[in-house]
Amino acid sequence: MPWGVRMDLTYSKQHQELQAEIRAFIREKGHLSPRYGGGRKRPDQQELDWQGLLLERGYFARNVPREYGGFGAPADVLETAIIAEELSRGGVSPGLLNVGNLIVVPSFLELGTREQCEKWVRPTLTGEVFWCIGNSEPGSGSDMVNAKTTAVLDGDDFVINGQKIWTSSAHCADMCFLLCRTEPDAPKHKGLSYLLVPMDTPGIDVRPLYTMTERSEFNETFFTDVRVPADQIVMGRGDGWKVAIASLKHERVMLGDPNKQLQRFHAIRELMQNTEVDGRAIFDMPEYRSRLLTLQAEVLAAKFHHMRLLTLADRGEDPGIPGLVQKIYGTTLNHKLSALAVDVLGEAGLAYDPHEVGDDDTATTWHIDYMYDIGLIIGGGTSQIQKNIISERGLGMPREPKPAQ
Amino acid sequence: MEFGLSEDQRLIEQSLKGYLGDQLPMEEIRRITDTRTGFDDALWQGLTDLGIPGLLIAEKHGGSALSFLDAAIVAEALGYAAAPTPYVAKAVMAPMALSLAGSTAQQGEYLPRMAAGTMRVALAAGALSGTTGETGLSLSNDRLTGQASGLIDGGGATHMLVYLADGRAVLADATGPGIAIQSRPTIDRTRPLADVTFSDAAVTLLGGEGNTLESARTVLDAGRLILAADTLGAGQCMVEKAVAYAGERVQFDRVIASFQAVKHMCAEMAAALEPCRSLIWYAAHAQDHIVDERRMLASLAKAHLNDVGRDVSRTATEVHGGMGFTDLMGLHFWFKRCGFNRQVLGSSERCRNDAAQAQGWLAA
Repeated sequence: MPWGVRMDLTYSKQHQELQAEIRAFIREKGHLSPRYGGGRKRPDQQELDWQGLLLERGYFARNVPREYGGFGAPADVLETAIIAEELSRGGVSPGLLNVGNLIVVPSFLELGTREQCEKWVRPTLTGEVFWCIGNSEPGSGSDMVNAKTTAVLDGDDFVINGQKIWTSSAHCADMCFLLCRTEPDAPKHKGLSYLLVPMDTPGIDVRPLYTMTERSEFNETFFTDVRVPADQIVMGRGDGWKVAIASLKHERVMLGDPNKQLQRFHAIRELMQNTEVDGRAIFDMPEYRSRLLTLQAEVLAAKFHHMRLLTLADRGEDPGIPGLVQKIYGTTLNHKLSALAVDVLGEAGLAYDPHEVGDDDTATTWHIDYMYDIGLIIGGGTSQIQKNIISERGLGMPREPKPAQ
Repeated sequence: MEFGLSEDQRLIEQSLKGYLGDQLPMEEIRRITDTRTGFDDALWQGLTDLGIPGLLIAEKHGGSALSFLDAAIVAEALGYAAAPTPYVAKAVMAPMALSLAGSTAQQGEYLPRMAAGTMRVALAAGALSGTTGETGLSLSNDRLTGQASGLIDGGGATHMLVYLADGRAVLADATGPGIAIQSRPTIDRTRPLADVTFSDAAVTLLGGEGNTLESARTVLDAGRLILAADTLGAGQCMVEKAVAYAGERVQFDRVIASFQAVKHMCAEMAAALEPCRSLIWYAAHAQDHIVDERRMLASLAKAHLNDVGRDVSRTATEVHGGMGFTDLMGLHFWFKRCGFNRQVLGSSERCRNDAAQAQGWLAA
């Protein structure tokens, strides 16, 4: 049987050098890193400076072309994995993981014009331009293709009217990646377009939306006669659904990011080692340890699965089912992890002050995650929508028939 | 850097699946399992012609010296087909044991015959893997006395390899004096187990320097991972069968595959199973290349696939409705296959405990 499976995970000299280089970088500059905390707020100066260092070294946007502000290195899944692992191990921030970098930039690189890439990618990478995304509306959440916000051509401008919801960061964003109905007479899927809207345009009203965490992590955004030049469009008129499919794919990847789970796993292990009940570390109690080990297998599966997806992307292959399952797998796993942390914290862990979260406020931080994770299970396409996508696009099962009108 | 299988490799995986699919239609699975031996000469010969028994054996001994990942992919294909044939002991654990713990002379004597498929070695590892069965064995002057329950791959066996609690392995002729094999009706009829009683039976201690607890555990890790890969294949087949059945079965004037309740069950199975494939690939790769991680990964993979296999086999049966519960569909062969893989060579709990030890989280 003259065949063999070739799986090459060996660290070549180049990979060993990269690993050593990142470790040296962290030793030298690690103290400059901001605390790692999501991408929902506008970066402060420390975060911008850190981002600059990461971009310069190619530890962020490593495979984005140089002409657009990236590092321009050829895609190499092991390099990507080494960078994520070393930054995580070193306890430093992996950079600005906001919707601009994780959804808008890859969407531009995939579908935008050269001019759009030149104009928007670099300042988004550096953190100079901060994005929000206007997809969901009060009447079209899961049924996104039913969006009602209109953009009507008037001279050289589109005039936008409507309301978006779940626009995280809209209150501090520079730009909105906005889904509008530009072709009211076309069938639903063919009547949408994405417009690029500066958030300081007159007629935009952003109101905070308070969530179960007692914080306003999202907004409602109202558009009243907002004018934007007609050429500020992604692809052509009526191509919005194609852009949506592509951007939602990037969103699924973002929400399923396994590095977050690895970080959490290590944090929980430490939490278990440092939390005692009756003078005994929780880590030494078999009931808790068994839960940790159960999740460890899932976290590792997510990590290796991500490497597999990166390889498929590298080969330019449609990942199919493996790609479609990432969002639901990652977000539900995140919630299982934060649920274990909350259980480890126990009674003392009920302390909750979400308005001024100190660096050492473990209880509040984990409780915010524990609730916010549910938001992420719902957001970006609910788990039920994900299951529809997996069963229809992945397994080839038929759509639910529409009820007779 | 690559994480995945090449185009050629996927073709080969498909062709092994194709071979097994041709050879093992449902009536053939029924015919072989009705013999209660878990062994069929023609099927074994076919697998031998494909080189399966010599997969991991060095070329100088007549094998093809492939990687452990290859062995895992074969296991997945066998699980997918619910193939009623020995594999985990005969083609993986026993050749590994000989290669790690046998003397040079023993390797030269036995490995070529194992690669040729003529020396077929069953295995009892209950003393190490955490069995709930009997494992009282005592060895004195190359004579073995006592009991070993849960002999794996006993069907068609010419020899058996038995692990003692201290990790030493002995080889015995299956038909030798003082050895009584009692085949035991077991739930998975594709791979029945047996109990063995030794009464002052002549055995051969593996004589290499590697006949240690450490190498015994490496063989156990390998067996666990192969069973996990088998569950992956069996689970994958059950998902596909569930999707196909749902696409044909009509209720309320529509195929049940168009009901979200049914679609979501299928999507949940796929979402649980697909990352398992990545875990198995990496863990299998680690057995050859990442020594520090292999025990932890093999044990965690077994524990995880045990649990996912349980959920998938239950859910796929439910998607088939009443038909899934009958014998008519034969779906239960795969259900029981997952159950065998779950209970042999260590439960989920035992495997997690071993994974904790492997990471130094718990004293051995």
